[in-house]
Amino acid sequence: MEHYFSRHSAVRCLSTFVVCLLSFFCRAQSPSTGEELLISNASLGHAGGRIVVSLRSEPKTLNPVISADISSREVISQMMGDLIHVNRITQTTEPALAREWKVSHDGLQYTLKLRRGLHFSDGHPLSVDDVLFSFTVYLDEKVHSSQRDALVIGGRPIAFKRVDSDTVVFQLSQPYAAAERLFDSLAVLPKHLLEQSYKEGKLAQTWGPGTSPQQIAGLGPFRLKEYVAGQHLTLERNPYYWKIDRAKHRLPYLDQITFLFLPNADAEVIRFQAGDTDVINRVSAEDYSVLEKDQATHSFRVYDVGPSLEYNFLFFNLNSVLPPQSDIAKKQSWFRQVGFRQAISLAIDRDGISRLVYRGRATPLWTPVTPASSFWVDNSIPHPARSIDQARKLLQSAGFSWSRDGDLTDRAGAPVQFSIMTSASNNQRTQMATIIQQDLKELGISAQVVPLEFHSVLDRIFQTHDYEAAVLGLGGGDVDPDSQMNVWLSSGNDHVWDIGETHPATSWEAEIDQLMKKQLSTLNPDARKLLYDRVQEIIATNLPVISLASPNTLVGAKNELANFRPAVLDPHTLWNSEELFLSAQGQK
Amino acid sequence: MKCGKQTTLLLAALGVLHVAILLAGFFSPYDPAQQNRDLPFTPPTRIHFVDAQSHVHIDPLVCAFQDRPDAPGEYFENRTRCVPIHFLVRGTPYKLIGSLHSNFHLFGVDAPAKIVLMGTDAYGRDVFSRFLYGGQVSLFAGLLATLLTLVFGTLLGTLAGYYGGWFDAVIMRGSELFMALPWLYLLLALRAFLPLSVSTGESFLLLIAVIGLVGWARPARMIRSVVLSSRERHYVLAARLFGASDLYLIRRHILQDIYSIGLTQAALLIPQYVLAEVMLSFLGLGVGEPTPSWGNMLSVLHQYAVLVSYWWMLMPGLLLVPVFLGYSLLASYLHPGRAAERA
Repeated sequence: MEHYFSRHSAVRCLSTFVVCLLSFFCRAQSPSTGEELLISNASLGHAGGRIVVSLRSEPKTLNPVISADISSREVISQMMGDLIHVNRITQTTEPALAREWKVSHDGLQYTLKLRRGLHFSDGHPLSVDDVLFSFTVYLDEKVHSSQRDALVIGGRPIAFKRVDSDTVVFQLSQPYAAAERLFDSLAVLPKHLLEQSYKEGKLAQTWGPGTSPQQIAGLGPFRLKEYVAGQHLTLERNPYYWKIDRAKHRLPYLDQITFLFLPNADAEVIRFQAGDTDVINRVSAEDYSVLEKDQATHSFRVYDVGPSLEYNFLFFNLNSVLPPQSDIAKKQSWFRQVGFRQAISLAIDRDGISRLVYRGRATPLWTPVTPASSFWVDNSIPHPARSIDQARKLLQSAGFSWSRDGDLTDRAGAPVQFSIMTSASNNQRTQMATIIQQDLKELGISAQVVPLEFHSVLDRIFQTHDYEAAVLGLGGGDVDPDSQMNVWLSSGNDHVWDIGETHPATSWEAEIDQLMKKQLSTLNPDARKLLYDRVQEIIATNLPVISLASPNTLVGAKNELANFRPAVLDPHTLWNSEELFLSAQGQK
Repeated sequence: MKCGKQTTLLLAALGVLHVAILLAGFFSPYDPAQQNRDLPFTPPTRIHFVDAQSHVHIDPLVCAFQDRPDAPGEYFENRTRCVPIHFLVRGTPYKLIGSLHSNFHLFGVDAPAKIVLMGTDAYGRDVFSRFLYGGQVSLFAGLLATLLTLVFGTLLGTLAGYYGGWFDAVIMRGSELFMALPWLYLLLALRAFLPLSVSTGESFLLLIAVIGLVGWARPARMIRSVVLSSRERHYVLAARLFGASDLYLIRRHILQDIYSIGLTQAALLIPQYVLAEVMLSFLGLGVGEPTPSWGNMLSVLHQYAVLVSYWWMLMPGLLLVPVFLGYSLLASYLHPGRAAERA
């Protein structure tokens, strides 16, 4: 995280100067066209070739303003460009369409300088007006853009204005530590193609997957070539792309990327094994072990990129809105006791989970921050070893006792029994719940695993609150604590254990609220980390979520695919698609 | 009909299997829910009569499995750590036929060695023990649901066929409606309405009720057609002329005709319903973990990695083939035509 540290120090100390983060990139000017291009530092490749990548579902839209599903985002990320980009390997921000930016002394004003002479993939020149148009669209409440929430800081939308032909100023209402990261993956839209439909109020309906390629343009390395419903979507090289290699050849190297729509993970593995696809994303640990065995005889390689940002956890229904007479409300008298939750946590065999569920390709967790965020994880959080004896002591001091048959009973003599809800389509989480069930049996607790269809799991957690305990996974997104605001703030939409709290139900939740808000307006990264460390300590002590394990990011690619550098951040594989090329023997 | 030697053998095997399932606690060496987290997905234990020093043993030996240091998750048999199999040993306590406490097992080995005749699953549980215990759920759910279907189907089919008229029309249209309904989606909806925690006993009864009640339409239609021809037979007409009551006619004459058809139907429905349990386990309507059933044991096979990596996980499925074959042989043995031949 050295880069991260140095960047933030620069922001703090040299806020009036240009922030230069070009350790890997530098600016180049194409003498013929006056384009300010970016030089990639990747190994030199050669042009040509096509790769096939599988998608688990068809993209619902190619419109970056309304896209929400993973498949749409994956395709859109190849077609669109952003102003400031988070490097997927270093996890720090770096210049993209903005060649540089300044931060004002108070951290409220961001001045971005746009690269000159760039063109959209249809050849239309890029101007400041396109940037202004894009932010107008994202912030327009009537458009219902999925990105709008992120651009509202301290309750007020980001203000922006044009300074000159290549400068835009963004004004924040309060200091926001993760402000630069907001620009990542926020596509700059072509005003000349979308203004009409925006004015007519039809923006959300434009750019469906079936749109003609002439009507879509972006600033990404690839542009739309062909879409065949139910089968595939093909992108072709964007001849106007704004990156070049060290030999001054315009990127991307590849001519085409075809996204093949496959119905499930098994189909993806089978097609990858058969050589029909060149890259496979999000491989499960079981499938990884199958592919690993085939590596020697097949022309592909699988990569274990290390811990991902996904954290799986067990949590109890602590919702305060339940009617007091309901069965769940009665069980909440156990769930609300910190000692009870701590005892459960102590009884869980996290190493067993990592070994059985993920074949060892996972990290046992005691805090929801995974080792993937190496800067943010609080390494001082204790990792208490599994201990049934200590768990029993904790239960005893919390007023629980055991019947003659060894069943745990509460003060009133009622047996402690509850159900653990999981998603039936997620084998890993069902397996985790089954392991926990067996672990809790040793405490005399009878837990029942209830695998349900995923939507009904979400419905019960977020709408009806009709569940007792559940195993869920969150994460992905970004390493920055900003991405977790929704989970830890008591008013957050993903505050899973108590959704829709109007005010913090406990003093430690109030403290988390305060710390999370404070870290977001603190610009010094070290000071921020101290605040976030405290949040992790509170969570590790009070256990609103009992962290279990974080699976490793597992991917695969054909041997012939060069410059392939998988990352823990999304999208794990194609984030540097412009640099990918097929080594000589593997040209298709 | 003279029963062929093979048929007798198969039926005998079917009988033995049912006894083994009924007395699962005695025949299985381990508790079906007992996890062994150091040994997930171990292949079936091999049984040896010759040890590493080439000494011949009368008592069969089993050798310990160890993790291969070069390939985690794979095992090799350590021939230097072998123990004899003991018969009629004391082990994990269990209840025989739901009530009799015992801890005698047909066979076992001294801990820490393990004897897993059909390998272990993802949690290191003994697949053989789970197969026997799982049979208790699946076969008895199949048997009870068949009984329920036949009672329900016979009742409605007989009434429809015997009385005819609007009664017949209502029941037959009802049966058509039942057959046309998209059951898969209805069952999913049903799961959403059920309380979240359903105990194993409750879910077992639910399973029987769902399987049994959904399937009544086909047997009812078949029985109705038999009753339709039966009631026009001369001896039935004659009995009616002599003043026999409806109840007498149905009991004395009509049910006689239905009897063999019912038996054949039962032998066909049982395997069908065991498979229905497999499907319901997929939908989360079956019995939950850790209770084994053939349905939830087979449902792990929909994971590609399990299917291609651990062949022994297919064994419960393969064992079901002779079980179902046995039932269809039984069906053909009980078939009305054959029954007449036997007479």
